[in-house]
Amino acid sequence: MNTPFAIEVDKLTKRFGDFIAVNAITFKVKKGEIFGFLGANGAGKTTAIKMLIGLSKPTEGMGKIAGFNVDTEPEKIKKNIGYMSQKFSLYDDLTVVENIQFYGGIYGLSRKKIKEKTTEILEELELTEVSKSLVISLPLGWKQRLAFAISMVHDPEIVFLDEPTGGVDPRVRRQFWETIYQVAEKGRTVFVTTHYMDEAEYCDRVSIMVAGKIEALDTPHNLKQQFEATSMDEVFLKLAR
Amino acid sequence: MDAITVEHITKKYGDVLALNDVSFTVGKGELFGLIGPDGAGKSTLFRILTTLLLADKGKGTVAGHPIVNEYKEIRKKVGYMPGRFSLYQDLSIEENLSFFATIFGTTVEDNYDLIKDIYVQIEPFKKRLAGKLSGGMKQKLALCCALIHKPEVLFLDEPTTGVDAVSRVEFWDMLKKLKTKGIAILVSTPYMDEATLCDRIALIQNGEILKIDSPQQMISNFEKPLFSINSTETYRLLNYLRVQNFTESVLPFGENLHLITNEPYEASQIEYHLKIAGFSDNTAKTIQPTVEDIFLDISQPVN
Repeated sequence: MNTPFAIEVDKLTKRFGDFIAVNAITFKVKKGEIFGFLGANGAGKTTAIKMLIGLSKPTEGMGKIAGFNVDTEPEKIKKNIGYMSQKFSLYDDLTVVENIQFYGGIYGLSRKKIKEKTTEILEELELTEVSKSLVISLPLGWKQRLAFAISMVHDPEIVFLDEPTGGVDPRVRRQFWETIYQVAEKGRTVFVTTHYMDEAEYCDRVSIMVAGKIEALDTPHNLKQQFEATSMDEVFLKLAR
Repeated sequence: MDAITVEHITKKYGDVLALNDVSFTVGKGELFGLIGPDGAGKSTLFRILTTLLLADKGKGTVAGHPIVNEYKEIRKKVGYMPGRFSLYQDLSIEENLSFFATIFGTTVEDNYDLIKDIYVQIEPFKKRLAGKLSGGMKQKLALCCALIHKPEVLFLDEPTTGVDAVSRVEFWDMLKKLKTKGIAILVSTPYMDEATLCDRIALIQNGEILKIDSPQQMISNFEKPLFSINSTETYRLLNYLRVQNFTESVLPFGENLHLITNEPYEASQIEYHLKIAGFSDNTAKTIQPTVEDIFLDISQPVN
């Protein structure tokens, strides 16, 4: 288990009947890396992620997440990763503290540990004053950072962010990326999916999926050079069109 | 005659000021963008102008008709694509289209010319139920339905939100074509990069218009010294720059940082300074602002 990689995927494939949703994708993500997983709607992104987080069994190929096998140890994977999406995150009608306690409980943390984590999250995000407020009353930016912190309440090695920042204020988006930088700086791996190409440029490396295959994988800088493009948007258009 | 005029429109929901004294005009055949984040008041303004909601104060006209007194006239002359997909999910593509043509007292054949370029892209699936379409196809169908009665003014509320990059580009190409047919278009978007595709834009935040101009003019009027800086240690550099005396603001922009200084400098001076400070491989260059830089410069901090 002593490898420099948080994610290792080799020829991972998912078929639905005759249809190949994910076609032999291969890549590795280093520990502490911010990795962007991009693709157009219908490119196979969601199916691939489902395999990576232990929700769907691959038809062929191998995948290791935090050292666990996606095929044979999906339950261990679920315990050792964090997951946050825009669609599913916090309970609006619970308070900040209740949300933290609830997720701590779901992940089976001890009472003592939940207490520690609660204080830690409240202090780090400067939410102590609003700890007893309902989540629904918080500004969007705070909610997002709280959801992110809670997705890591069990100290996972990797955290998956599924389209975390759709359509929000450009300032809020930047605050959120700063939080991501902070987390990666501490050695945690961050795996982000997004279809906002400008966001892709915040990642250390990105992969671009087209029709079930990974068609490009490199740093944003190198991809722009390779495709003679000025932005990731252009890179994406050249690949996907 | 202007296609849209808005004068001092204000709207409150309880204590929340959704629109605060908003004024602007949109000319005939103009593509006008309302650019701002969620909660800026964009959709409220659309509802007022399409006569679905009454303003508390102020007045406006659409296609020459006052929005309150002649709302029935306006409804015949505008096309409206709301933010949320609002076609009939259990009707097919062609059924939706013929439904909207019928309620406006026209036929698909009569105005086919206007929608042809867009419709041919979804025509192969015309028997498919609208609820079963992909995001990009739904959006094309919604645009067809909003156009089928040949409106004078088109209202598009966040038409590209949640749509992938390829479909977004196609959509803006379609808008450019519609413009040439003399239709005025008011379009809203939270994507700052789409702003440059409009003739003029209004930057809007918290119900207030911060600035109105053509995107090109906004960019050339920006006078602050702006640098794009690249380093392998982006996060450490961000924290360093944030506390320097010469920094007015510094924000991450993808793999680079955008720095506004409070006095003019040469890019080479910045590079040199950072090298001395221990960022050995940094590059700095003077850049023109994007609309996003401008928005971030004049908008209020969030929290």
